[in-house]
Amino acid sequence: MKIALTVNGEPQETAIWPGESLLYALRERLGLPGSKNACEQGECGSCSVLLDGSLVCACLVLAAQADGHDVVTVEGIGEDGQLHAVQEAFAETGAVQCGFCTPGLIVSTVDLLARNGEPSDDEIREALSGNLCRCTGYQKIFDAVRLAASRA
Amino acid sequence: MSTKLELGRVGEAVRRIDAIPKVTGEFAYSSDLFGAGMLWGHTLRSQHAHALIHSLDISRALAMPGIHAVMTHDDVPGDKRYGLEFPDQPVLAFDRVRYCGEPVALVAAEHPEQARRAAAKIILEYEPLEPVVDMERAADQEPIHPQLWTLGHGFRDDPRPNVVRDMRIRRGDPEAAGDVSVEGYYELGIQDQAFLGPESGLAVPDGEGGVDIYVATQWLHVDRDQVAPCLGLRKEQVRIHLAGVGGAFGGREDLSMQVHGAMLALHTNRPVKFVYTREESFFGHVHRHPARIWMEHRANRDGKLVCVRARILVDGGAYASSSTAVISNACSFAVGPYAIENALIEGTCVYTNNPPCGAMRGFGAVQSCFAAEAQMDRLAAALELDPVELRLRNALAPGDSLPTGQKITGALPVAEVISRAAALPVPEPEELPRDPIRLPGGAGNTTRGDGVRRGVGFAVGFKNIGYSEGFDDYTAARVRLFADAEGELAAEVHCAAAEVGQGVTNVIVQVARTELETANVVLAPHTTGSVDSAGSSSASRMTWMASGAVQAACRAAKDELERRGGRLGSGEEIDLERVYRHQRTAPLDPETGQVTDERAHVAFAVAAMRVVAEVDVELGLTRVVWIGTAQEVGKAVNPQAVYGQIEGGTAQGLG
Repeated sequence: MKIALTVNGEPQETAIWPGESLLYALRERLGLPGSKNACEQGECGSCSVLLDGSLVCACLVLAAQADGHDVVTVEGIGEDGQLHAVQEAFAETGAVQCGFCTPGLIVSTVDLLARNGEPSDDEIREALSGNLCRCTGYQKIFDAVRLAASRA
Repeated sequence: MSTKLELGRVGEAVRRIDAIPKVTGEFAYSSDLFGAGMLWGHTLRSQHAHALIHSLDISRALAMPGIHAVMTHDDVPGDKRYGLEFPDQPVLAFDRVRYCGEPVALVAAEHPEQARRAAAKIILEYEPLEPVVDMERAADQEPIHPQLWTLGHGFRDDPRPNVVRDMRIRRGDPEAAGDVSVEGYYELGIQDQAFLGPESGLAVPDGEGGVDIYVATQWLHVDRDQVAPCLGLRKEQVRIHLAGVGGAFGGREDLSMQVHGAMLALHTNRPVKFVYTREESFFGHVHRHPARIWMEHRANRDGKLVCVRARILVDGGAYASSSTAVISNACSFAVGPYAIENALIEGTCVYTNNPPCGAMRGFGAVQSCFAAEAQMDRLAAALELDPVELRLRNALAPGDSLPTGQKITGALPVAEVISRAAALPVPEPEELPRDPIRLPGGAGNTTRGDGVRRGVGFAVGFKNIGYSEGFDDYTAARVRLFADAEGELAAEVHCAAAEVGQGVTNVIVQVARTELETANVVLAPHTTGSVDSAGSSSASRMTWMASGAVQAACRAAKDELERRGGRLGSGEEIDLERVYRHQRTAPLDPETGQVTDERAHVAFAVAAMRVVAEVDVELGLTRVVWIGTAQEVGKAVNPQAVYGQIEGGTAQGLG
């Protein structure tokens, strides 16, 4: 089947097999591998994207369900070739090690700060509780979110 | 100062070179790769822990739509087995399977779902056998490897069935008695690295019979050295290229899809991509060894240790992997960083039909540490001594000897890290009532604070750096100096050190910038194709070893530059490679476990941890309130990365 959707502001069309997830379609059909395939069962948040402005795990959305909808991935978070403040903060604070969780955390943090510009530590913890990281111990991820919030 | 900071030299906190591509999503991990005409590989895995394979019928799978190849052990072109230390692991199972999840057959298809569905059509007839599952009984049961792979390799030969390595360290008088004695028995479960990026990679035939494999791994050259014989190819026909690595922690030391991908790629003459699912990933790599440990500590009233006796049993699972070194580390560090004159440490690693175990962060020293540090607390209680004070009274120092007889040389500030960790201020007790998120059980809302007790724990970790017991541990680096378009001196550094997230790419570039006194340094792709081995990103060795190799190559290049008058003209270049080795180690005596030369380990690291935790004593639920640590890290090449490693390692230590 064919789907048509908007990804990072660009209209896209692609053929898919109906069983494919939005994550698979983004990564393997549309050439956007930034969203990551860490668990593909909605546990780790590495594939977090914004679907019509709502934070979702792209692995839990069928590609067919995204037909006619608007998707923003980590590749579309920056504007005009500039890093988003959240991306800048993650790079600066050392919140990135292997980086596999990073795209999902960036999208989740962008979503958090859009809703709450001055989150408390508990609010950060809750907002990012769906994103797993195995390298950093989360300490510098907190630093990054606080830094991005302070600059917004 | 500002120009120095821009340079990013050794010792400066430097932003990761790969940070920007990683925050924008551009960084290419091993699961992100694509090749024209690419097929998807899939692995059929055993559902039995131990069974004979009577027949294997692939005809129905081959007839499925989109299928380009179905391959079994019959199709392995070269050696049928491989392994990090001993070739005991089949590329694809033949005759029998030895663990649940063992690869049996491969499928290549146009779509991953087609590959999965075809694999499900392969008909296998098994005859289940009684699995060896209990490490305590394994040495008395039928051997799962009748070939006794690990015999005759210089270890203490133990011909009992299913023994991977049996060793003992005997020091002084193991019967020496003290004023008090405490005994403990400790059971440790299996643990998984659970790196976020699942095993994956792309194998591309080169059109001349060879293959390029782009994969997330920890040691490119040892992958190549295992892959080439299985493919029946010469080493130079197999090129391993490091693809982006989504974490490793030891779990990528062993092969996963490398041979499988190459087999399918060479057979179909197409690029073949493998991406394991999360569930498959748990079958796709080795784990931390579960262990059973008995220890007895004898000490005098003044707290000085007199004698430590230990028996350490670890379950290696179905294949040897790096188990012989894991049990050796468990024994070497069984006492912890404490001075001891008398010891008897007996360690055994067995084969079972459980999942294969191998390298994971800490590598044997972790299991022993758990038991030994619990023993120190028991001993402190028996002596009515402060547990931190007891540790200080026994702290190992330069000039002291390990149970293996190896004398500590160089810096080892055990007492200092203990004192510093003990001096860290702990958080104030929290009042009740509290938000449940600040109680054991958290959002589960299991208590309002009744039955909750707060305690402080203290422990000291101790481990080797670098490969041990006589292994020829080296790292190569190649530096190419040339004049760039502006006529400025520029350098390209080749080093096959695997960047697994720890930040070794920064280390390489920082060392090169420091040595060459220019920021004009780029790092070439990590590949077996352009430089000799870097050794493994394992054993906490890569920063040290890569620094040594890059420094040596840069200095040699500078010398050559000087000979040429200090300048390079357009088109002129200096291109040389140097190898760095740390001080040679020697094997332990197989019968006594004593060093046969100056050292069996090359260097050590020590870390003291202090933890405040709350326990709901009725439900057994816990909350870690705070963790403080003091660690000996040597020279911090990039302090930001060092803090990152300490924080991440600490969190991983929690589970």
